[in-house]
Amino acid sequence: MGNRGNSGGTAVTTGYFSSVDDVASRLAGTGYLASPAVATTVFLADRLGKPLLVEGPAGVGKTELAKAVAEVAGARLVRLQCYEGVDEARALYEWNHAKQLLRITAGRDESWDETRTDIFGEEFLLSRPLLTAIRSEEPTVLLVDETDKADVEVEGLLLEVLSDFQVTVPELGTITATRRPFVVLTSNASRELSEALRRRCLFLHIGFPEEDLERRIVRSKVPGIDEALAASVVRVVGALRAMDLRKAPSVAETVDWARTLLALGADTLSEAVVRDSLGVILKHREDILTAAAELGLEAV
Amino acid sequence: MTAAPQEVAATAPREVTARLTGLVGALRAHGLGIGTGETVDAGLALEAVGFDDPERMRAALAATLLHGEAQRRVFDRVFDLYFPPSEGRPQEPGPRTGEDPAADAARLRDRLAAALAGGDDAALNLLAREAVGGLGGYGASPGSDGWSSHRTLSRLRPETLLARVRALREGGGAAEPEFADRLTDDEIRRRIEDFRERVRTEARRRVAERQGRDRVARRAVAATPDRVDFLLAGRAQLDELRRTVRPLARRLATRLAARRRRAARGEIDLRRTLRRSLSTGGVPVRPVLRRRRPGRPELVLLCDVSGSVAGFAQFTMLLVRALHDQFGRVRVFAFVNRVDEVTGLVARGGADPAGLGERILAEATVTGWHGQSDYGTALGEFAERYADALGPRTVVFVLGDARTNHSDPNPAALKRIADRARRVYWLNPEQPALWSTGDSAAHAYAELVDMRPCRNARQLAELIGRLLPV
Repeated sequence: MGNRGNSGGTAVTTGYFSSVDDVASRLAGTGYLASPAVATTVFLADRLGKPLLVEGPAGVGKTELAKAVAEVAGARLVRLQCYEGVDEARALYEWNHAKQLLRITAGRDESWDETRTDIFGEEFLLSRPLLTAIRSEEPTVLLVDETDKADVEVEGLLLEVLSDFQVTVPELGTITATRRPFVVLTSNASRELSEALRRRCLFLHIGFPEEDLERRIVRSKVPGIDEALAASVVRVVGALRAMDLRKAPSVAETVDWARTLLALGADTLSEAVVRDSLGVILKHREDILTAAAELGLEAV
Repeated sequence: MTAAPQEVAATAPREVTARLTGLVGALRAHGLGIGTGETVDAGLALEAVGFDDPERMRAALAATLLHGEAQRRVFDRVFDLYFPPSEGRPQEPGPRTGEDPAADAARLRDRLAAALAGGDDAALNLLAREAVGGLGGYGASPGSDGWSSHRTLSRLRPETLLARVRALREGGGAAEPEFADRLTDDEIRRRIEDFRERVRTEARRRVAERQGRDRVARRAVAATPDRVDFLLAGRAQLDELRRTVRPLARRLATRLAARRRRAARGEIDLRRTLRRSLSTGGVPVRPVLRRRRPGRPELVLLCDVSGSVAGFAQFTMLLVRALHDQFGRVRVFAFVNRVDEVTGLVARGGADPAGLGERILAEATVTGWHGQSDYGTALGEFAERYADALGPRTVVFVLGDARTNHSDPNPAALKRIADRARRVYWLNPEQPALWSTGDSAAHAYAELVDMRPCRNARQLAELIGRLLPV
């Protein structure tokens, strides 16, 4: 079967967007300026109903993308933050043992059979993000953040959930999504995700934006900034990214830098200003030294 | 299969279906694992975004067919062949024959300088097409035999336009006498390189039209960097490979750490569990887990840095260096026919990876009376001088093709090294079919230590991840 994820009774598309342009303009409305590739891929994830795996360096707006989609779709954002050691009980569901015990003590004169059927009911089920997203009746965006931080077992769990959009709780039976969530997985590629998971997803790499796009992002996030200064900031950041640094500055850092410059009251980029504020965009001492040397700054 | 493929075929133009399958075939030939399901998705995706905008089609196919950013370059090149951006363009600017090609080149250079100054994408694409059409043809009449980007670029010489582009930009009213201006030259250089790439793309496309896409897509498109053969990699490819060192090291480090963590969970130590159970009347209440010795492996790299093997050795040195906190200790030795320790040079090599090889050759004593590699002498010298580097916790990686230039391979020295170290692995960048042909002593060494072929970065990463002791 080629189109495994597409079978089943639920509607395949999430149906939030009508066209690529629609994606771009509505995301822009929330302040998320999407590159054409981002807009196209989001549209496809919506249309084909497939999870979207977003990779790229930190600070380019992977998580923001999920939030922006949720905002324009008027959907609820359910977030699963992955970390080392996140498990089924944290990702999917667990039983509320304390409440179950209370229930058992409360109903002393019941037979065991009655109690048993009772304490494994909906009331005692604690829904974690994955189950919450699947059971949700309203439009939902499921964000699985930093998937690469989770252990391999969780990936297996995700595979099952994302291919069929259903979850089996042994005591309750299978719960199938009535309304398919829009799923975004993010990864920093600190661990290689499995081929199987990648195959289930649409792949999107968000890199550093084109100069023009980044300029617009800066102008929209830092409203007070002068156009020429924004352009200079973006140019310097572009030059820094072309250097061989331990950590290239991300978009978030570009915006931070622009804000800092504005706060410092700098209306043009001078050598002194750059030298004094390089620490805002570069996070390693050696990077600062490399950059200062290549930009021809006096010793920092 | 379900009805989906037929649906795609029915709604998308047949031509597109054929191209899509051709594209997938070419990508598979380059080692991208693409299943039928993904091909079907790609068809559906194309249908969803429409066929008007090539960049959307590119994004749609990339989203459905790719699994990682490393595959992107191969994909882009193959895509340009199967879905050329010129499609739907009214007419092809044909080669202007009969005129003076030098004058043609001069005119093109003028327009190119203007387009570079303005950063005008559409104009640059058009110029790339015209340049290949006008200057890149070869054969009896221009273009009769083929198109060459090399020929185009050597006539057009875009890299010499730097000063003119700078003058145009400064004259064009964009007067900003400030800090960012000192970046101008670098930006122009990047744009020029970008234009050169456009020319290459265009030349490939024209060749593909003549010779058939499938053939060109399989042969003329470079492999993903991690699959480039160490021994065949050119300078540019090695540079690109070096840029992958850090991300690769990070991935390897998490993999090694995960393995270590799993291993540290340990097994039940039955003897100590039972002994502790004495206090609870023989009931083993608390199991005792076998304790793991902490201690990370010590690593010794012994690298042939001569000639063609040097690229492989350098890449590996940098990778190991980037992984240094995974090991108790890393020592790196380089040799051609004499051995010298280069640990310090490699440690500093992170700042200037490209110059590492030259610095090793310049600053370390790796050659004696001649410049040819001599494994026998080098191994012997290592076993003698640096025996202290080896111990029961040391894992040795020997990197080299085991080509001795017809001198004595001296397997006894390798045997001595193997006896002192915990494990010795020999990574050979040649394919096994070539081992022991000519002056290669590969099999003589392979009898003593574990020799494995390691031809590209992907294999290297896999080997390091697997071979290192926990």
